[in-house]
Amino acid sequence: MTAPVLTVEKLVKRFPAGRSGLFVNAVNSVDLSIAPGETLGMVGESGSGKSTIGRAILRLTEPTEGKITFDGRDITRIPDREIRPLRRDMQMVFQDPWSALNPRMRIGDLIAETMKLHLDLSKTERENRTVRLAERVHLRPEYLRRYSSDLSGGQLQRVCIARAIATNPKLIVLDEPTSSLDLSVRAEILDLLAEIREQSRAAMLFISHDLGTVRLISDRIVVLYLGAVVETAPGEALFADPAHPYSQSLLSAHLPADPEAKLSRHLLVGEIPSPINLPSGCTFHTRCPVAIGACRNEVPGAERIGDAEHYANCLRIAEGGNRIKPTEAA
Amino acid sequence: MSLLEVENLRTHFISRDIDNQIRVAEALNDVSFTLEAGKVLGFVGETGAGKSLTAQSICGLLRPPAKVICGRVTFDGHDLTAMPADDLNALRGAEIAMVVQNPRTSLDPLTRIVDQLVRIHQAHAGGPLAASRTRAMEMMEAVGIPDPKNRANAWPHELSGGMAQRVLIAMALMNNPKLLIADEPTTGLDVTVQAQILDLLKHLTERFGMAMIIITHDLGIVAHYSDEIAVMFAGTIVEAGPVSEVFEAPGHPYTRSLIAATPERLKVGGGAKLGGQPPDLYNLPSGCALRTRCVFASDVCATPPPRTRVGPDHDVNCHFAGDLPS
Repeated sequence: MTAPVLTVEKLVKRFPAGRSGLFVNAVNSVDLSIAPGETLGMVGESGSGKSTIGRAILRLTEPTEGKITFDGRDITRIPDREIRPLRRDMQMVFQDPWSALNPRMRIGDLIAETMKLHLDLSKTERENRTVRLAERVHLRPEYLRRYSSDLSGGQLQRVCIARAIATNPKLIVLDEPTSSLDLSVRAEILDLLAEIREQSRAAMLFISHDLGTVRLISDRIVVLYLGAVVETAPGEALFADPAHPYSQSLLSAHLPADPEAKLSRHLLVGEIPSPINLPSGCTFHTRCPVAIGACRNEVPGAERIGDAEHYANCLRIAEGGNRIKPTEAA
Repeated sequence: MSLLEVENLRTHFISRDIDNQIRVAEALNDVSFTLEAGKVLGFVGETGAGKSLTAQSICGLLRPPAKVICGRVTFDGHDLTAMPADDLNALRGAEIAMVVQNPRTSLDPLTRIVDQLVRIHQAHAGGPLAASRTRAMEMMEAVGIPDPKNRANAWPHELSGGMAQRVLIAMALMNNPKLLIADEPTTGLDVTVQAQILDLLKHLTERFGMAMIIITHDLGIVAHYSDEIAVMFAGTIVEAGPVSEVFEAPGHPYTRSLIAATPERLKVGGGAKLGGQPPDLYNLPSGCALRTRCVFASDVCATPPPRTRVGPDHDVNCHFAGDLPS
């Protein structure tokens, strides 16, 4: 196997909770890696630390502990002035294209901006590349002279994607890139991302709470709960046979757009615990229907399932007690 | 007679532009549907298709410049469009209840939740305060609020999004409505919470024999929680029918494109997608509003498409209904 483009080891991010002296434990010892050209999906509910991990990887927020290796280089503590040249190789697409783009710049200048910052190109070369980039994201060339207020959400997200791929990055972090878009527009953007993945072989970290979308675009999927990875698996394996009780419950809540699809429900009781005061042991034990005494004290390690690259962090996998009995859907 | 009958409802936004010229946005055009007691109808469509506006027009909740131009809304034998404002007020919150997106902004931040529940009961049913309080406790229990005795005195800001939505549902149920309109009831909530809320709503319709309209852009919700579906595009219902029928054999090109765009059916890199922009409501194309984007469109589409029955209770507004290649 080739060396991963990105490795994250034991990443921890704590935010101070006001002036209380307490901390919000947003990310708790997360390990993950992305191979060149791979698309890694990251799912979890709000507060599970998805976006914080994405931002820490790009050094948009300082990791508290842990190590981030990008393209063979430890970037965890590199100084700010060395971060900017790094962004040439790692780009980001955000959820809300309306606020991600400067309203006072023309679309063409917005796309050319990243090239201006990172690449040493003549003005003509840059203009030519801008037109070609617009073509690649299926944006009509006349839009290049317009402003962001003239474009629809889907078109603006295309502009953001064009900006992200302008420097041929090795990694693109996409934080909920389709969540604010209507269904048919979302389909077009997913199409475009799949196309770009084929053409550029850039690795992608695709962050989303939408299970259907993640399944569609990802090679492997990471499931997060309270800032920790609970399961990592190839997309099909995760959907066919989720091993961690939380994944089972999360996937059972997914509603496929097919009235014939059978729903088997094992919904959780209670609310997600406060990240300020994390439960001991396995952080899921407070809501887990199959938790045993040991789950309170012992932090579960990653357990390999089958022979695929499928791992889940649950103590009960070894003895096969990790399955939640499904109840009938309402 | 059906519980709710909507006939040829038209709602337009009438305003004046900077040159004092009248501008009309044709937001709803000839919306007609019926809903039987105890049934669940799901409205789907994209932003601006007129889903929420339909609900607001039914309940008389429009504010200028939006105005119902014509049409009739008959609810339980009453003509809502012709009803005096006071009578309508008496009906809303009692016979017709509504649950909206964004529960936290729908609760009064300065009133404990039990008092908000009591208030809506007092406004309609009246009677002794103690009875309203008992009813409030029952409803909080019915919507699955744990430990209702203690939670009753909570302030809205102390509730999570899911809990706030449960309170809003409890509030809607206080007066035993015949119709519940849920406008994007789970948008913004996490999937596990969404499933809990939807299971709850479905369970409550069965338990209390309520009819429900669910407005959503998520086809997954409609697929699993409604009996019937109405697909809206540019202020018109372009297709309506039983959920299983419509998903099995969508008859309108727009419905087809919507279903094909769901993650389950979407083939990345393949299949024709509906390109283009939603139509400009100030300047709708004549005839079928989809015709500028539709791959099947021909000259005949410049005339209004007829409503064609393609299956049991399954109607499609398209010139080519039933004749489209599958």
